Amino acid sequence: MIAIEYLPILILIGLGVVFATIFTLAGILIGPKRRGQNKEMPFESGLPSDGLVGQRYDVKFYMTALIFLIFDVEIVFLYPWAVKFREMGWFGFAEVLIFMVLLLFGLAYAWKKGALEWE
Amino acid sequence: MDMLDFFPSSILQAADTSWQTVTIAQRASSAFRDHDLSGTIGYLLLGLLFTAGLLTVLGLVLIYAERKLAGHFQCRLGPMRVGWHGILQSAADGLKLLLKEDIVPENADKLLHLGAPVLSLMATVLTLAILPLSPTLQVVDLNIGVIYVTAVTSLGVLAILIAGWSSNNKWSLLGAMRAGAQIISYELSATLSLLVMVLLSGSLQLSEIIQSQSDGWWIWKSHLVGVIAFVTFLISTTAELNRTPFDLPEGESELTGGFHTEYSGLRFAFFFLAEFVNMFVASALIVTLFFGGWMPFYIGGWDGFNSIMGLIPPGIWFAGKSAFFIFLLMWFRWTFPRLRIDQLMSLEWKILLPVGFINIFLAALIVLFEWHF
Amino acid sequence: MLLTFYILGTVSVLSALGVLVCRSPVYSAMSLVCSFFCLGGIYILMNVEFVAVIQILVYAGAILVLFLFVIMLLNIVPTGESVRFNLPVLIAFGIAVGLFAQISGLFLGDIQFGPKDVYTAEAISEEGSIGLIGRLLYGEFVLPFEAISILLLVAVIGAVIIGKRRLN
Repeated sequence: MIAIEYLPILILIGLGVVFATIFTLAGILIGPKRRGQNKEMPFESGLPSDGLVGQRYDVKFYMTALIFLIFDVEIVFLYPWAVKFREMGWFGFAEVLIFMVLLLFGLAYAWKKGALEWE
Repeated sequence: MDMLDFFPSSILQAADTSWQTVTIAQRASSAFRDHDLSGTIGYLLLGLLFTAGLLTVLGLVLIYAERKLAGHFQCRLGPMRVGWHGILQSAADGLKLLLKEDIVPENADKLLHLGAPVLSLMATVLTLAILPLSPTLQVVDLNIGVIYVTAVTSLGVLAILIAGWSSNNKWSLLGAMRAGAQIISYELSATLSLLVMVLLSGSLQLSEIIQSQSDGWWIWKSHLVGVIAFVTFLISTTAELNRTPFDLPEGESELTGGFHTEYSGLRFAFFFLAEFVNMFVASALIVTLFFGGWMPFYIGGWDGFNSIMGLIPPGIWFAGKSAFFIFLLMWFRWTFPRLRIDQLMSLEWKILLPVGFINIFLAALIVLFEWHF
Repeated sequence: MLLTFYILGTVSVLSALGVLVCRSPVYSAMSLVCSFFCLGGIYILMNVEFVAVIQILVYAGAILVLFLFVIMLLNIVPTGESVRFNLPVLIAFGIAVGLFAQISGLFLGDIQFGPKDVYTAEAISEEGSIGLIGRLLYGEFVLPFEAISILLLVAVIGAVIIGKRRLN
């Protein structure tokens, strides 16, 4: 029964949320409350905010996340391989060699096309 | 194999000691099997208290250490006023933050703004429960410990992104996006380094990885592969922690405070605490994977030396080794200048990632030829 | 056991509904995280802890980050408008209903996925989920495994092409 091993973690999640809520509330309740229009404005080093929150950001962030996701999935496939590798020997080595070389082509392609550049 | 003669393995071989590990959860479940209800609850409470205590101690000690070290690196004294040599400074800091006003900006998304620091802290606290601090000081020992740590810490990115978005401030948002892009990029090579150690030790369970080092730590046993993995892991975790030289997301001169610009009071402290606990988790992982965890430092054949080393309890060994790596991370901060964002990204995608992939194959070859000591 | 399953299942379904109902895309994303966590819990109850952790690692740690990046990049704000039922929406709705009917048909019918009574919860806990997956993935299912690498390669190329077109 594996699930029982996760019981302490479940309890920890529950208690963690409870304590974090208590401390958050304590901070809000104990601290002074001197509200003011200027205080609640977006922070801009003392200047009035020019409100550029709504601007669109660079697509590079999206590209990075997308390429990360693909390689993350690849690495996930390597975990069972790494654990079982001793039993698989050369066959396992060849399998993953093909798998990774194909994906390194992907990395090389992204590199060549400039997807990894940040101006 | 002749190369081994050049590097006599007997020096690196440890005294033959077998360690018996019992986790707190195992004690609880064995008490449960004996129908000892108070024992079960007692051990569960012990585990929780241990985690909470570790969190508190880490918060107090690491923040004090950071400030004191920062002072001495800059030829200052650091905090000196509160207590002997400022030893109570972190407690005073915590109390001050508790008494500060908690400001939620008017345009912020209130619920997410409140929730993000909690998520950030939870993502680190949940890893504390599975770190093997000594053969008996570990709350749970999961079969898939290594992936668990990566999975739980990867939630920290979510917390940072939500914090930045919900603050409704362009500096917060930009800082969060930079932090997100940086953390996920470096997570790849950190995971690849972990994978090398999984490959060498053949297990994902943290205690088993430590046990596999009873005849020598992996950093010596695995030739260059372990060293490459260690260096890659050290660089990537520094980047994942957003610490100098990778602290672009918090670059004061351009982004004010980064994703936590709009946080104040105790909820700012949550982010701060999460960062310091993450630093400990990273150091503890380095110690567990590469430096034998709670194993003492033995030199093969030197029985007198080994018996003295064996007198030091394993918990102290773990704490000492982790403290060294925490010190290293703090040292980095006062040594290296901040990278530019293009340098940061090309370091990961063009250097560390290809090196990590090649390193995996080298590790696989070492395992196939059984070329480790 | 069964009670835990029902609690996790209910929360998971409710938060999946939350994904659809929430007006703010960030809240939808957060509901999705909650749903993934409950699914992870259900996987743990089924003794496949590897799948559970991967669920958190890949979905909550990677895919959700991608989602949030997109939401923040495009600065999607809730408009308060309801969905208009034009032709593409209706077609998409029809496909979704059809897919749902098909999947429910599969589960309601007596269709066994894979060999019967071989990979039970007991068998999994005996060998360990990661060991079992490793043995099958790198033994019996080598070809699908290698095909995955081609799929991922195509995904990298697709991502680069789409991203580059947006830049120009």
